[in-house]
Amino acid sequence: MKKIINNVEDIVPEMISGLVRTNADLVKQIDGTTAVVRNDPKFKENKQVGIVSGGGSGHEPLHAGYVGDGMLSAAVAGEVFTSPTPDQIYEAITAVDQGQGVLLIVKNYSGDVMNFDMAKEMAEADDIEIKTIVVDDDISVKNSEFTQGKRGVAGTALVEKIVGAAARSGMNLADLATLGQKVIDNIKTIGIALHAATVPAVGHPGFELGDDEIEYGIGIHNERGYAVEKIRPAKELANELIEKILKEFSDQSGDFAILVNGMGGTPLMEQYIFANDVLNELAAKKVKVSFSKVGNLVTSLDMQGISLTIMKADADWIKYLKEPVTTIAW
Amino acid sequence: MKLELVDAKKWITLFVEKLESNQTILNELDTAIGDGDHGTNMKRGAEAVTAALEKKEPETLADLYKTTAFAMIQKVGGASGPLYGTAFLDMSKAVKNDDLELSDLIQIGTDGLKRRGESDTGMKTMIDVWQPVSDALKADKFDQSVIDAALENVKGLVATKGRASYLEEKSKGHIDPGAQSSAYLFESLIEVLGE
Repeated sequence: MKKIINNVEDIVPEMISGLVRTNADLVKQIDGTTAVVRNDPKFKENKQVGIVSGGGSGHEPLHAGYVGDGMLSAAVAGEVFTSPTPDQIYEAITAVDQGQGVLLIVKNYSGDVMNFDMAKEMAEADDIEIKTIVVDDDISVKNSEFTQGKRGVAGTALVEKIVGAAARSGMNLADLATLGQKVIDNIKTIGIALHAATVPAVGHPGFELGDDEIEYGIGIHNERGYAVEKIRPAKELANELIEKILKEFSDQSGDFAILVNGMGGTPLMEQYIFANDVLNELAAKKVKVSFSKVGNLVTSLDMQGISLTIMKADADWIKYLKEPVTTIAW
Repeated sequence: MKLELVDAKKWITLFVEKLESNQTILNELDTAIGDGDHGTNMKRGAEAVTAALEKKEPETLADLYKTTAFAMIQKVGGASGPLYGTAFLDMSKAVKNDDLELSDLIQIGTDGLKRRGESDTGMKTMIDVWQPVSDALKADKFDQSVIDAALENVKGLVATKGRASYLEEKSKGHIDPGAQSSAYLFESLIEVLGE
């Protein structure tokens, strides 16, 4: 394993320290935690519902990179691929509550759900009103009552952008939770890996693929997918993922948004080539793309791969997606 | 049967020792059907429990379980932190009632796990060890064979909760790492009761 780190156990605190020190006008660290909170002047001036997200580290720039005016109020970083603890989430909640309550955006993993749930109970004991939305956009996993359910992956960034913009516009907590859930229900993502991620504490890739192999349906924590096949041209990969995702939308009229997301180890060059193919295929299928985004938004350490997110969107959501924000990474 | 403070302290201390010495085994079990860090996370929790108990000697059973709960909640992370944390926190609240039997205490912890994890027996989780232990205590038939049988049963189950649930049938044949760490908890209890 080759990584630019010091001690494995210091990865998260040192990363957060570096992040806040290089972006001091945007964010600051909450004392005694690895949570970051808005530090821009507008944060105190414009009172709004607080938006808090968080999860295991290793998906940067998610979530700390999206803290700022128009997106998240605070983000809590756990150990690599491990949920943050309730006391840290609670600190983030109390740091952003301005009397209008706090919305928690959680990815659907049992650890995240339980830790945020405990933090919610702690904050409610302080009379802070809390609502939670759980993102589960990964359609490579069956939505079954016999499993944890679908996972939360790259679509999380779109949820944070839309809900964050709506919160800035003055929407109340109950409406934000309703909006967030509606957005989540209309986001579908599927990912492919060319090479697994290496978790620092483990020291080797989470799974092995041959030089000419890719895996369809991988998660953002080295969760295995549904098929290993030979690599094909970008165009064919795009068509394959689009076909799977569009099956999830019964109505293909109206506005759609797309997110082509790099998993951490795939060059932007390849992401743009793939995005170009996605737009071609969607145009051929008469799907109207009103918003596109390409980049490393929700990564999985050094995994090589890409995910495609397609969202069926209301006109308001497209507006929220296009609004400018002041964050490190959107 | 009730557990007195001096024995309860021994119980927690033995549990913490087992977590520290079995880190690798727990990580390996978790690598097979999860994300490979249950041993590392529980060891971090174990060290936090030890540190918290050394910092302030608990004067009551409620103190002891609460200190254990808070250390687990703050340091373990993942799913195991809130699960163990909730079990011990609920036990801490309940033990303030002096008449509480040990079997009731363990059932309260088990109910806490069910509530926090929105789960029940048969889903290949910690509960598949906690519930049989609670039942055996109620029937006054608690010994090592109860734990062994519970682990053997867990091995044959298909996971329907937590990260292992994505493996569906492939989760069969493996011991759930949380069930194994719970087995250490109750093996520690047997050692205390046996004295």
